[in-house]
Amino acid sequence: MQNLTNRSVMVSDKKMTFMERIYIPAILKGMSITISHFFSKKTTISYPEQKREFSKVYRGQHVLKRDDQGRERCTACGLCAVACPAEAITMKAAERKPGEEHLYREEKYAAIYEINMLRCIYCGDCEDACPKEAIFLTDRIVASQYKRAPFVYGKDILVEPLDPNLRIDISARQTEAVHEFKLVKRFAHNK
Amino acid sequence: MDLTTLIFKTIFLFIILLVTLIVAMYSTYGERKVAAFMQDRRGPNRAGPFGLLQPLADGLKMFMKEEIIPLTANRKLFIIGPSIAMTTALLTGVVIPWGGSLTIGGKEFSLQIADLNIGILYVFAMVSIGVYGIMIGGWASNNKYALLGAIRAASQMISYELAMGMSIIALVLTTGSLSLHEIVSQQHGMHWNIFYQPLGFFIFITCAFAETNRAPFDLPECETELIGGYHTEYSSMKLGFYLFAEYINMFISSAVIATLYFGGYNMPFLDDLGLAQNTVTLLGTGFFFMKIFAMIFLFMWIRWTLPRFRYDQLMNLGWKGLIPMAIFNIMATGIYYFFTELT
Repeated sequence: MQNLTNRSVMVSDKKMTFMERIYIPAILKGMSITISHFFSKKTTISYPEQKREFSKVYRGQHVLKRDDQGRERCTACGLCAVACPAEAITMKAAERKPGEEHLYREEKYAAIYEINMLRCIYCGDCEDACPKEAIFLTDRIVASQYKRAPFVYGKDILVEPLDPNLRIDISARQTEAVHEFKLVKRFAHNK
Repeated sequence: MDLTTLIFKTIFLFIILLVTLIVAMYSTYGERKVAAFMQDRRGPNRAGPFGLLQPLADGLKMFMKEEIIPLTANRKLFIIGPSIAMTTALLTGVVIPWGGSLTIGGKEFSLQIADLNIGILYVFAMVSIGVYGIMIGGWASNNKYALLGAIRAASQMISYELAMGMSIIALVLTTGSLSLHEIVSQQHGMHWNIFYQPLGFFIFITCAFAETNRAPFDLPECETELIGGYHTEYSSMKLGFYLFAEYINMFISSAVIATLYFGGYNMPFLDDLGLAQNTVTLLGTGFFFMKIFAMIFLFMWIRWTLPRFRYDQLMNLGWKGLIPMAIFNIMATGIYYFFTELT
């Protein structure tokens, strides 16, 4: 049989030599190993003070984006809910009334948009499915709660703030490849 | 004994008691830190600066825990067990010479509570009684794991006490005295006993690991096989006493090793500095404690390096390894002194 690695050692049943039987050299060797670790760099990250850097494409809490003029991009088409393998997303559509043009980008919008964060598996399929580039996953962590109910996030949490300074930056998620893909006019949703 | 000596001894007794408890307390902290560092972790660092208040938090936790005495347990013995373990652990510190002598107001006070002429035997007696704490606790719990742990403790103690005693006989042959004070003063300068009795030292320290139930000889309380061994049924401060007694034992045996083999409070260059006698004494005590801490570190270092021995390996090492070695050591020492004294 072919070896997968070259690290395998043949087990032998030979009698131990005197040096092996008195254990002392082996013990000293072991002690030198532990003392070298004693002075080596610690791998721990002291969490609240120090934070581990997330990868650029980390998938955390969702955000519902607004466009440049602060209008909600979501049109409540329901494609994200269909794409969601965990069935975590529910929504209810409503029609935009005259005078609400500064709030919603198109004639239809989501009156209710809820994601159950306990069901969500953070796969990012909703983001892929969205034709309006409205929903994105971000590098924010979903906070822990004592009860189940608060984990159902509504629009109050998901939609990003109106203030331009408080907008959620999702550019890190947009890798070069994704960006190029979204510029291809061949695909209907990019037109 | 006049009144001033009595007062001095009483105060000194309390200081030693306090120091023993504090050192044992911070040994738990040190143990966790050493373990963490050897495993590339940081260890406790949240309670106070560098986690220095961790032992207090642990102690408080122990006090707050519910006190459970099992229905089937023998109530009296169940309480006596940890008390014996703690008492005997604390009693040993009495004979250890913690320093030279201080001169206060023209009177000389020795920094040793009781200079028994059979100091070593006293230490052995206390250590041997200590095993009763474990045995009684394990027996009174009326639990098979506790009983197994207690039996293991007893057999381990008996096996290793023999070799330990024999290594001491060789040492006594060299020093010609059983008094710890006498042994220390003989090691003045660089005449530390470890250079005269290296094999004896090795046997003694191995047995000391076994006597204090520390890894790699922690069979009486191996968590994986015996769910804690003799203290399976214990909770709250009675458990705390057992755990604490182990750390006190570690401190005391480190002190004994430092006394017997590393010259106690002697330091070779200390007399050449031309300091006042009181300063020399206090510095000597400081050096003594540094030796003790180095020994405690060695205890921890070994614990976090070696895995536990199997039971038959433990017995093999004790009876077939250490005892013949100790007998050989006695004979070699005896023959050496026989011939050197003839000439």
